[in-house]
Amino acid sequence: MSFASHDSATRQSQGEAITPEEIASSDAVADEATARYAMILGDDALMLSQRLSSWISRAPELEEDVALANIALDLLGHARFLLTYAGTAWGKTEDDLAYFRDEEEFRSCRLVEQENGDFGRTIARQLIFSTYQHQLYSRLVHSTDPTLAAIADKALKEVQYHQDHAAQWTLRLGLGTEESSRRIQDGLDSLWSYVEELFLDVDPIPALGDVAVLPSSLREDTLHRLREAIEAAGLTVPEMSGAYGSDRTGRFSEQRGYILAEMQVLARQHPGATW
Amino acid sequence: MPEPYRKTLVRQVSQHAHSEIIGMQPEGNWISRAPSLKRKAILMAKVQDEAGHGLYLYSAAETLGTPRDEMFDQLYTGRAKYSSIFNYPARTWADVGAIGWLVDGAAITNQVPLCRASYGPYGRAMVRVCKEESFHQRQGWEILYTLSHGTEEQHQMAQDAVDRFYGPALQMFGPPDSDSPNSGQSMAWNIKRFSNDELRQRFVDMIVPQAEALGLTLPDPDLQWNEERGHYDFGELDWDEFFSVLKGNGPLSRQRLEHYRRARDEGAWVREAAAAYAGRQHQEQAALAGA
Ligand SMILES: [Fe+2]
Ligand SMILES: [Fe+2]
Repeated sequence: MSFASHDSATRQSQGEAITPEEIASSDAVADEATARYAMILGDDALMLSQRLSSWISRAPELEEDVALANIALDLLGHARFLLTYAGTAWGKTEDDLAYFRDEEEFRSCRLVEQENGDFGRTIARQLIFSTYQHQLYSRLVHSTDPTLAAIADKALKEVQYHQDHAAQWTLRLGLGTEESSRRIQDGLDSLWSYVEELFLDVDPIPALGDVAVLPSSLREDTLHRLREAIEAAGLTVPEMSGAYGSDRTGRFSEQRGYILAEMQVLARQHPGATW
Repeated sequence: MPEPYRKTLVRQVSQHAHSEIIGMQPEGNWISRAPSLKRKAILMAKVQDEAGHGLYLYSAAETLGTPRDEMFDQLYTGRAKYSSIFNYPARTWADVGAIGWLVDGAAITNQVPLCRASYGPYGRAMVRVCKEESFHQRQGWEILYTLSHGTEEQHQMAQDAVDRFYGPALQMFGPPDSDSPNSGQSMAWNIKRFSNDELRQRFVDMIVPQAEALGLTLPDPDLQWNEERGHYDFGELDWDEFFSVLKGNGPLSRQRLEHYRRARDEGAWVREAAAAYAGRQHQEQAALAGA
């Protein structure tokens, strides 16, 4: 049982901790394609966790410091499982993958890499991503790969809470004041062109069959749920086409480099060190 | 409840709460750069715990009739005090270890006796807080232990952090008893149970063997076991530094407060929106009930 997830008093989501150490010490070894898929999911979780964690000590209310930390911590947990599992294909650890890959080797989507902006924009990003992730994990629990299915099972309960948190705030901001409604609408508008990237069937997913969930198969339900949450808050679903370059390579993103520069700096100053 | 007792208690509890909140900043500053994902998770959980401690303590203070917003306002306007230690910078990763080991360690030494404080809600909050603080201390010790036994540079980093945090951590117990205006009354009321100097001694006695186990030294040439007293003797601390930091001239005193204010200012519209939404829900429910 990991120290962090077990001892913290203020966790709010329901997830039961399994540890990356358990995955690393199990016999499960991912094949190359499955590992590349786990890396896509893990990188999304890691980048979003990194972004969200900088709200800690900066949130509008003390309760939100706790809640956003909690969500960031859940996502970090998912990232650790997924990267640990991915690493088994190449004899690498979660930290090898998180700290010693370069920009072009990450596979995160641009949505999670975007700057936090104000609370409205952060909630807009949370709403979009947690709605997508909830759809994703509800299907991934049926993966024919038992490790991915187990990870999805643990993550699902947590992501359900993330989605609820975002939807509740969307209501409050959308129906709160004129200013709050304008700010969250701005957030949705500025992020919406990165939504389509979530549904692109990038390599190697189509070849994985029932091991993975085809992103395009999530599109209809995710957009439907998003429309419901946005309209319930008196807001408008932006009408725009996806931004060019939806291939998760990082070749069309400026944000990734800054995130990695900060995240990796200390680890790279001391290659091979133990922490 | 006699008014002077209530006032002193609110001051003590709210200062403690403010310290938890400002205390999130030095370590929070390392979450994004933590050198492994496991350390990142542990640190994030720790800083989250401190926010939780702030929440329990503000609630305990509220039961004494001082609203939370009033306490926030005192901190915002710089009228409230919080532990001076948080006005020191967390410059290196080893500082995260030193803060956990020494600062959370000193906090525990201060707080364990308060679990039996005369005011129930405070004592109960403290029981929960102390349980978590001891995990915090342990994780700090583990960070330092790993660094101390790592590469030469890592060992240096750990020693340097301990050198910088040792003195300020010992000063967390407050000025010497001979120079502490409020202590006597608080002890008589049983909202403080041991004197500053007694607690400081207890802390030194605890950390000396722990430092040995870490393979690190403490920066005090006068530190030695006194067989007769059954305690460690230690050297005079720099009280000029202490009083100067206390007056608001700590290395980061201004930045800490500005960080807090910025968060409050930037969150104002969110709190307004939440209040407006809640008000409307309330009205709608009242209208439904009336219909
Ligand atoms: Fe605390
Ligand atoms: Fe603590």
